[in-house]
Amino acid sequence: MSDTGRLRRFEGAALRGVWRYEAAQFTRYWKPQTFGALFEPAFMLLAFGYGVGSLVAAVAGISYRDFVATGVVGTAALFLSVFPAMFNGYTRRVFQHTYDAVLAAPVDLHELLAGETVWTAARAGVFGSAPLLVGMVFGLDPAPGMLLVPFIVFATAFGLSLFGAWTAARVASINSLDYVITGVVTPLMLVAGTYFPMSSLPGWAQVAAHANPVFHCVELVRHAVFGFRPLADLGHLAGIAAFAAVAWTLALRTLRRKLIA
Amino acid sequence: MGHNVTSVTQQTNALALRGVVKRFGDRAAVDGLDLTVERGVCLGLLGPNGAGKSTTMRLLTGQAVADEGAIEVLGFPVPRESKRARAAMGVVPQQDNLDEELTVRENLEVFAHLYRVPRGGRAAAVARAVARARLTGRERTRVGDLSGGMRRRLLIARGLVHDPALVLLDEPTVGLDPQVRAELWGLIDGLRAAGTTVLMSTHYIEEAERLADDCAVMARGRVIARGAPSDLVARHAGKQAIEHHGPPARLAEVERIAHAAGLPTRRTGPSVTVLRAEELPPSALEALGADGFVRRPTLEDVFVILTGERVE
Repeated sequence: MSDTGRLRRFEGAALRGVWRYEAAQFTRYWKPQTFGALFEPAFMLLAFGYGVGSLVAAVAGISYRDFVATGVVGTAALFLSVFPAMFNGYTRRVFQHTYDAVLAAPVDLHELLAGETVWTAARAGVFGSAPLLVGMVFGLDPAPGMLLVPFIVFATAFGLSLFGAWTAARVASINSLDYVITGVVTPLMLVAGTYFPMSSLPGWAQVAAHANPVFHCVELVRHAVFGFRPLADLGHLAGIAAFAAVAWTLALRTLRRKLIA
Repeated sequence: MGHNVTSVTQQTNALALRGVVKRFGDRAAVDGLDLTVERGVCLGLLGPNGAGKSTTMRLLTGQAVADEGAIEVLGFPVPRESKRARAAMGVVPQQDNLDEELTVRENLEVFAHLYRVPRGGRAAAVARAVARARLTGRERTRVGDLSGGMRRRLLIARGLVHDPALVLLDEPTVGLDPQVRAELWGLIDGLRAAGTTVLMSTHYIEEAERLADDCAVMARGRVIARGAPSDLVARHAGKQAIEHHGPPARLAEVERIAHAAGLPTRRTGPSVTVLRAEELPPSALEALGADGFVRRPTLEDVFVILTGERVE
């Protein structure tokens, strides 16, 4: 007997149930989350924009302050998706057994994973765009393309949340997530053109960056703010989608092994 | 899988498992399990730790997938249509998995959504669950601030928020003090009285005797005895038990005499009990001596002689 018979379609009622749980959690924690979302990019902009910006006037034809304001969006997309997915995922699976409770209800694993990931990505889409607002306070010129930034962040955070869910399902203990943070999350942040241009990195790193959704996110955000490059941007979207597709497969497979024995 | 899934359950059965096998590596946690539960019945699933009770519960919710056999829950083959089965059943797990950060009401509201209680009936369902858990006035209390007994009542009420036709209770009172246990028995008894089908795994014999219409004793992944508690006692432990106290040598002598007469015994600390004592031949009765205390056999005696395990 296999579990292939479990319904694969997504039911709205199941997704709404998962979102109701997330909403209940959010109403409890929205204040610290909002504080972090707004003030962290402000501090980054102050530190990098004014600190390093006093040494570097312009990068790739734009002021360093604007370069960082757009780059921090990628960092926000990364942090706002990977960390909740990793720590909530591990805690809910191992410590609280929340997933067992949800899967005993009429919710299938793929719906639970999709529901959680979409929620995390949506929240990242809203909060992850805050650096642009902060950047505008510091002098970044508004542009119509900025309206697309929440969607770019959402798409990026969707894949990164799945990556976080996958790692949370794989690690043997919550402390092992430190390896992921140092060994994967930090390079994802740095090899993405966030705080310095990709051209300053070695050739192999520039090639490797194409597997990094944060790099694609930062490129898309900069193009949304300073002018789209349609062909390149399609490539960046494809990069984000490919990362999400691989992460979805890995996360679902690993969680199924852990939760549906 | 050599069984016809769709034909397993008769209309009267809430649950049916036929030849179910579930292996974890080389170990079979469930090993050829056959079990049916009629609608409206409270079945006590008795067995020592490791007998396969919790794995059976997970198989019924589709959270474990059988390697062999057929499972049907409320007419739905599992796991193929497990989502529809889960929508109509409530699950109370052994492990408390309430969200400690959320309030009583929030925990119930979330599960009212997950169990698809219609929007118009959700508030009433939550209010009923709060009342059932006897937590009226504590709706805004965070679960982390509730006592162990309150949490357990809430856990049961959460599993009933959608008025399920079938409830799976996995060791519902494990680790609780006798007073709280008695409170919960009242709650579970109410379900039985309301005609809800209940499958309750337990290793508390008193719990099964108090609540179950029917009992299935599990050991090594399969049912080894089935019947109403009084029938099981009559069948396996007879009408009379004689309990002898004494030093180890005396207890060994009693066991030797009983076994020679083909009767089962049960050792409990400084005593040994001869079961089905009404079948003792006069010579064996005389050899045992008059120091024995005659009592009625219990389900606990049955459990011990069938599983070879001590009870709590």
